[in-house]
Amino acid sequence: MLQAVLLAGDPAEKVDFMIHEVFSYQLFGQTVRITTSHVCLLIVVLTLIAFFIIGGQIFRHASEIPSGFQNILEIIVEFLDGMVDKTMGKKGKGFRNYIGTIFIFILFSNISGLFGLRPPTADYGVTLPLGIVTFLLIHINEFRYNSVKDIWKDKCSPLPAWFPLWMPINLIGDFAVPVSLSLRLFANVLSGTVMMALVYGLLSKVAYAWPAVLHVYFDLFSGAIQTYVFCMLTMTYIKNAMGPDEVPSAKPKTEKAEDEASEPEKAAA
Amino acid sequence: MGEFNQAFIYGCSAIGAGLAVIAGIGPGVGQGIAAGYGANAVGRNPGAKGDITSTMLLGQAVAETTGLYGLLIAMLLLFVKPFKI
Repeated sequence: MLQAVLLAGDPAEKVDFMIHEVFSYQLFGQTVRITTSHVCLLIVVLTLIAFFIIGGQIFRHASEIPSGFQNILEIIVEFLDGMVDKTMGKKGKGFRNYIGTIFIFILFSNISGLFGLRPPTADYGVTLPLGIVTFLLIHINEFRYNSVKDIWKDKCSPLPAWFPLWMPINLIGDFAVPVSLSLRLFANVLSGTVMMALVYGLLSKVAYAWPAVLHVYFDLFSGAIQTYVFCMLTMTYIKNAMGPDEVPSAKPKTEKAEDEASEPEKAAA
Repeated sequence: MGEFNQAFIYGCSAIGAGLAVIAGIGPGVGQGIAAGYGANAVGRNPGAKGDITSTMLLGQAVAETTGLYGLLIAMLLLFVKPFKI
């Protein structure tokens, strides 16, 4: 029936982007299926572990003037730290490790399609935990940096604090964050996977060498953008939950007012 | 009769999947507008090209989400087949 929908009656299952079962075993009366997602995830994680071990060795014997692989590692670390510092400000120093880790993990997962794997992030079971971790971080930090009274006031926000009519809407908005974050990453990577499967499956005789261009777009470009977006949004949400840095409350307001005042002039010019 | 119903449901699912990906129009227009304003901003202030590009890409990726929801619905209709007899 799948072929009837997709391929107009081709009997051979050529278009294949599904998750397959590798083997299964019984655990407490349940069948546990090990799928291609698990295998690809394991390959990615082992690659990353090897990468980190080699990187750790190199940084242990780091030289003052970097050369070779140490250059690359320093570029990566400086880029990630700079990104976190620029987005999250003073309070975000502790998030460098987490954001750096998920950035490298999602990036490697996304571009693993280049190496013939099925990207692990094209499985909702991989992206939903990432979204849930983001959700937990948002709310743990909200409670760490704000008083319960302020949070209550924020949850009732358009209406006064003694009248929590609007709170369910705000709560739905909070719970939509992990769902939309994980669905965005999942659907983007899945769409790339499906497109590549369609190209390879339907144009089997014609698809020589030139699909590399599509790989550059769907795997490298799209994967890198989505990685960046996931990390950026995670950082923005956490920063919003933490509240502003310790600055006098009058100062940002005046800056904002100046900006607003100067913008019509720019538009007029 | 059952065979006919099954085929009818698959056909309607395919039509529904096609209708669902019409959702792609909105993000296309939105991303184009965002890219246009991004180019405009770079023309005004070429020094801030990096910041403008990253902001534009972030906004575009967020705007893309609605289109991807449509794609997901289409995928569910075609491959998960929720309306089986």
